[in-house]
Amino acid sequence: MFKNTPTSYGLIAITLHWLMAFTVFGLFGLGLYMVELTYYDSWYKGSLDLHKSIGITLAAVLIFRILWRVFSPKPRPLSQNKTVNHIAHTAHIVMYLILAVIVVAGYLISTADGRAIAVFSIFNVPALDYSFDGQADIAGKIHYYGACTLIGLAVLHALGALKHHFIDKDKTLTRMIKPKEY
Amino acid sequence: MKKRLVSAALSGVMMLSATANAADYVIDTQGAHAFVTFKIKHLGYSWLHGRFNRFDGSFSYDAKAQTGSNILVNIDTASLDSNHAERDKHLRGKDFLNVDKYPTATFKSTNVKFTDDDTATVTGDFTLHGVTKRITFKMDKVGEGQDPWGGYRAGFEGETSLKLTDYGIDYNLGPASTHVDIGLSIEGVRK
Repeated sequence: MFKNTPTSYGLIAITLHWLMAFTVFGLFGLGLYMVELTYYDSWYKGSLDLHKSIGITLAAVLIFRILWRVFSPKPRPLSQNKTVNHIAHTAHIVMYLILAVIVVAGYLISTADGRAIAVFSIFNVPALDYSFDGQADIAGKIHYYGACTLIGLAVLHALGALKHHFIDKDKTLTRMIKPKEY
Repeated sequence: MKKRLVSAALSGVMMLSATANAADYVIDTQGAHAFVTFKIKHLGYSWLHGRFNRFDGSFSYDAKAQTGSNILVNIDTASLDSNHAERDKHLRGKDFLNVDKYPTATFKSTNVKFTDDDTATVTGDFTLHGVTKRITFKMDKVGEGQDPWGGYRAGFEGETSLKLTDYGIDYNLGPASTHVDIGLSIEGVRK
């Protein structure tokens, strides 16, 4: 139920998948929205604090998810087409990598001058002792373009899942929604 | 023909001597005895201070004749520093200075007029955010003389207030923050 089997995803992998999917899209929307807020908007500061707090939390969940994936059995792909399977697998790995890059870049923007990041006003994530020239600007560009790329890949990933469901009529999508009953 | 050549040569010599009398100074950015600063009101409740860390420039100055000229300052807008990386990133971005598109701000004097020993009215063209405007402001001589290392130095200081929208910067920072004060504090080393 909780763990993966060679044919199905467990509840933990499924929860991680959807939780992070909604969080990533939510952070993307929030990020685009907050930078357009005017200086006198009452949420000008709050939106940024929330974005950072959720982002740091997402980073912790990402680490757990990667570990969970490495140490869990991987359900076999349902398609027999090796090229398609290879593309899908590569896309998964690239999405993990880009998400990690986005999170690191976001951290580097906010900590570029040694300031810590407050997470939900509960605890602070300190800055590194090391920084480089133009850190906030360079990390900012990576954060932005990385996020756009990730959203693009996620849309392709979703389209692939829908193709499996409606055209191939296999269980690729449903097994990521419901764990196998025992 | 000969006459004309002679007069041309003469006027050339005269021009040379004129520039030789008015000593040329290079702004001491090497030793960082020069600052381009700015301050703007935050919400009307306090002053926010910042500076541009990279710039260079030169000027001519003649203490005896009380004349100055050719003040030239080139500022690397990307070197803006308000002691807060996230804010600096915002100020460098499209909402404000757009430094990718406008990497340099320049000031070039057109006229320097001393009203007394230590005070001059400086007029010149200031280019910021791709917009050039003629500005006039007061500069004070802070001091001049020999330095302990064999050189000769002269220092000036001045400040002027700029309306941000005059330079096409229209991000709304509130009614108290429509103007920014730019300060120029320069020590020149005689060439």
